[in-house]
Amino acid sequence: MAAVPRQPDLPPPAAATGALGWVRRNLFDSPLNGALTLLAVYLLYLVVPPFVEWAILKADWSGTTAKDCSRAGACWVFIGVRLNQFFYGFYPVAEQWRVNTCLALLVAFVVPLFIKRFALKQWLGAVLLVVYPVVAFHLLVGGHFGLAHVETSKWGGLSLTLVIAIVGMVAALPLGILLALGRRATNMPVLKALCVAFIELWRGVPLITVLFMSSVMLPFFLPEGMNFDKLLRALIGVALFEAAYMAEVVRGGLQGIPKGQFEAAAALGLGFWRSTILVILPQALKLVIPGIVNTFIALFKDTSLVLIIGLFDLLGSIQAANSDTNWLGFSTEGYVFAACVYWVFCFGMSRYSQWLERKLHTGHRR
Amino acid sequence: MSQMTQPGGPPKRPPPWNDPRVRAITFQVLVSAGVIAVGVYLVHNLLHNLAVRGISTGFGFLDNRAGFAINQSLVHYDESSSYGRTFVVGLLNTLLVSGLGIVFATILGFVIGVARLSRNWLVSRLAAAYIETFRNIPLLLQILFWYFAVFLNLPPPSEALRVGDSVFLTLRGLYLPRPEFGDGFGWVALAIVAALAASAALARWARARQERTGERFPVFAASAGLVVVLPLAAYLLAGRPVTLHSPELEGFNFSGGVSVIPELAALLMALSIYTAAFIAETVRAGILSVSHGQTEAASALGLRPGWTLRLVIIPQAMRVTIPPLTSQYLNLTKNSSLATAIGYPDLVSLFAGTTLNQTGQAVEVMAMTMAVYLAISLAISLFMNWFNARMALVER
Amino acid sequence: MKVRTLLSAICVSALALAAVPAHAGATFEAVKKKGFVQCGVNSGLPGFSAPDEKGVWKGIDVDVCRAVAAAVFGDANKVKYTPLTAKERFTALQSGEIDILSRNTTWTVTRDGGLGISFTGITYYDGQGFLVKKKLGVKSALKLSGATVCVQSGTTTELNLADYFGLHKMKFKPVVYDTADETVKSFEAGRCDVLTSDQSQLYALRSKLAKPDSAVVLPEIISKEPLGPAVRQGDVEWFNIVRWSLFAMIDAEDLGVTSTNVDQMKSSSKNPDVKRLLGVDVIKHGLGVPDDFAYKIIRLVGNYSEVFERNVGAGSALKIARGQNALWTKGGLQYAPPFR
Repeated sequence: MAAVPRQPDLPPPAAATGALGWVRRNLFDSPLNGALTLLAVYLLYLVVPPFVEWAILKADWSGTTAKDCSRAGACWVFIGVRLNQFFYGFYPVAEQWRVNTCLALLVAFVVPLFIKRFALKQWLGAVLLVVYPVVAFHLLVGGHFGLAHVETSKWGGLSLTLVIAIVGMVAALPLGILLALGRRATNMPVLKALCVAFIELWRGVPLITVLFMSSVMLPFFLPEGMNFDKLLRALIGVALFEAAYMAEVVRGGLQGIPKGQFEAAAALGLGFWRSTILVILPQALKLVIPGIVNTFIALFKDTSLVLIIGLFDLLGSIQAANSDTNWLGFSTEGYVFAACVYWVFCFGMSRYSQWLERKLHTGHRR
Repeated sequence: MSQMTQPGGPPKRPPPWNDPRVRAITFQVLVSAGVIAVGVYLVHNLLHNLAVRGISTGFGFLDNRAGFAINQSLVHYDESSSYGRTFVVGLLNTLLVSGLGIVFATILGFVIGVARLSRNWLVSRLAAAYIETFRNIPLLLQILFWYFAVFLNLPPPSEALRVGDSVFLTLRGLYLPRPEFGDGFGWVALAIVAALAASAALARWARARQERTGERFPVFAASAGLVVVLPLAAYLLAGRPVTLHSPELEGFNFSGGVSVIPELAALLMALSIYTAAFIAETVRAGILSVSHGQTEAASALGLRPGWTLRLVIIPQAMRVTIPPLTSQYLNLTKNSSLATAIGYPDLVSLFAGTTLNQTGQAVEVMAMTMAVYLAISLAISLFMNWFNARMALVER
Repeated sequence: MKVRTLLSAICVSALALAAVPAHAGATFEAVKKKGFVQCGVNSGLPGFSAPDEKGVWKGIDVDVCRAVAAAVFGDANKVKYTPLTAKERFTALQSGEIDILSRNTTWTVTRDGGLGISFTGITYYDGQGFLVKKKLGVKSALKLSGATVCVQSGTTTELNLADYFGLHKMKFKPVVYDTADETVKSFEAGRCDVLTSDQSQLYALRSKLAKPDSAVVLPEIISKEPLGPAVRQGDVEWFNIVRWSLFAMIDAEDLGVTSTNVDQMKSSSKNPDVKRLLGVDVIKHGLGVPDDFAYKIIRLVGNYSEVFERNVGAGSALKIARGQNALWTKGGLQYAPPFR
């Protein structure tokens, strides 16, 4: 009786491990899933190869005129030639360093805020909110310190989009917080009613009617001869509109704070403003960061509507370039380019908000 | 017992500027006075400016003859109709594109949202790519893209894309055969109504029976059969009273048939695709909000996956999904005003555009337009409050 | 009780504050104060008003504004432009957003009467026409029944179109856009068979096609479209300045004064009409602008002929003949009252 020698363990069947196993588990684990996979592959086949061919393989990349676009694919020459205008609008070429400086300053101020170990965040944030706008305003508008005056009607392209978006964000958040606090002020019924009316009014109408009102109708409501800059009016319209949306987001956060926090703050002898600023808001805003960023994303996308009132933002300058006689028939390239730019900004913001949400998830959630 | 007396006498009333009630009232008075003052000031300026510049006011213009043509109207409209009529036409066009957009966006959004959660890796990635692409690109850009880069590049009528001899797709629009209802159609209509009523009754009966005995009845198959068979029988018996009129190329354009103008198609496409990306996220969040224990409990009870989804997950997910869903519907309705960029005659483009300019009565026209959107949004808000109250979790 | 008293006191004072009267004739004062003329122009119509590649506005309508600035400030560049769509233009003027509307706008009775604006004169005598693709083989507008027609929204064109097709019992489908650019783009793509607009515009818009030769302008002119600048009603002082800035250019052509010979004419001309026009013989015109405002206009902007030829005539890409816009002495309609 010879002992049967112990056989080594067999490896799992080839079909359950490695790439093949993954494919089986994730793509073909049932007939329905198999069919769906095939359908999805077919869809990809329909969309991806022609797009790659058009956008990359058969595209024209270099040249200066429409005649250089002889191949069947996209004509990126069009974008290249107009790139300066898409970025700066009609901002004089000699003065464009001012736009660049503004942007560089912004980046220089904002980046340290994201560095965890940086100690002076509060000071930097204060500088960013108080000093930076003043500096940026004087840099962009000019007229002082030997800088040539550049009218806002010459602003355009992506830089205008950024100006509207950033001013909108900076103005909408505090306004939204005030409105949300007003809406929660149960001991002041009149104030509450006013805030509710304001919020619902702005949330109820489309942004383009707001922009139309602010761009051509506002002077009706002002004394004769009194007037101010068209861009400024558009900015006010956008900021008030987004503030109403922001107010609803912040209200959600305020509702999520248990009553005990208010009572504890009061017990410590903090007045309304101090308890709100020091105790309630930091917690409430943390709860709704995703909502706030979503509002910012919506605002960034909404800036494209200013083209309807005749401001040449990124999309507006692309529309204008599309009707250039020398470059007819390349609107698809223009739209694809604009889509990519907007997408990068919005996707970046949404990823950041998801990351923040995960990072802050450790907080109290009941 | 003797009264407790405090050593220092009764506590002093705080000075009025420290009394929260006084402060609240003063603050509110100041704010409302400010708001009223600003309001009065603005309205006064407005009236003064209107009077000084000799601009006509009032709503009398609504009865005047409009005198321009509109390329899509759901009600009768011609050049001799009034400005008031253009308001109705614009409003209906807005409601049409919003209604259709809501239907398409919901269907697409649910499909993508469920696909996003699919166990199939490829399908879920594709759904994610769809969501991340379309919700991060401005809607206006998408509208312009669909209209100028896609629909206006379709072939002209003379080289129309065609399906058989009755459906044509050109850059002037999609042309479908128009059904014409003959004499006997009343019977068919009657049969449809009867079939619907019978299905409703059947469903009631089946539910009552199931609650009594636990036996199930294939309601869906039975009512589907009823709805198909009854009208079909009536149609054949009445001697086929419906004839289809195919569109034909006549001179410059197709005539006869039903047409969908490309402005509507592009707007609808952009609105549906854009909003579907948001709805998909809403649906996903809704489904994820139903705890995994529910699914496990359902399978422990022996429910098949399809039934688990339909009977356990979706009813609970709805509670979370419906409020954000309604606000997406509201957004879609407001976003339909971007029609003005591609010339679809909606309320903003037609009434707050052409009519405003022909009459010059900006204040009245804008007030009416904004009032419409406000009314729609308030109606939806009211519905949402009612729904929330109804669906709120009743705990024992 | 106290609260109510306080409230009513605040309301009364607010009303009093709001009731500060704004006097008519404010536009001229406001313009002088802010130092420039705010001018509403077309957002892009070659020959009338369009920004060139450097963003500098050019065109007949633009030159009208420049003339007004020259008259008021002695500097033709003190103008700011507000590009407007057809839909926005009247509201922008009514509300005070702009001081002059110079945007190829047709003078009609309802616009003078009900809109609260006043047209100051006629810069260009125009009429509505049709642009069709050559390959359609259409030779007359009367053959257009059943056609799809591209048109700009909120224009008299939109109304004339409906009238004309209705009168001739023809059917049509309108496609209505906000801007001229969209209209052309969609005509080019084939969304419509016909583009209708003022004839001058048709030539300008045709030049925006990829192949301008592929389209023809039909011979029919179906309406009168006198185009001119407009200002807010009830402001006579400003109305007169804008009106006489245009007249000065026409009179200058009449008298043979051009931007090149104006200095020489000023010093040497014996013609009393020229002397009065150029402010050599001072006439107390009472318009509020300097006595020699016409000299400034001619010097800085040019006379009507120069403006016409430079922007839409022989010196431009459009090559439009003077036609009705010739002087009254040359068989046209342009005529200006005398300077005296």
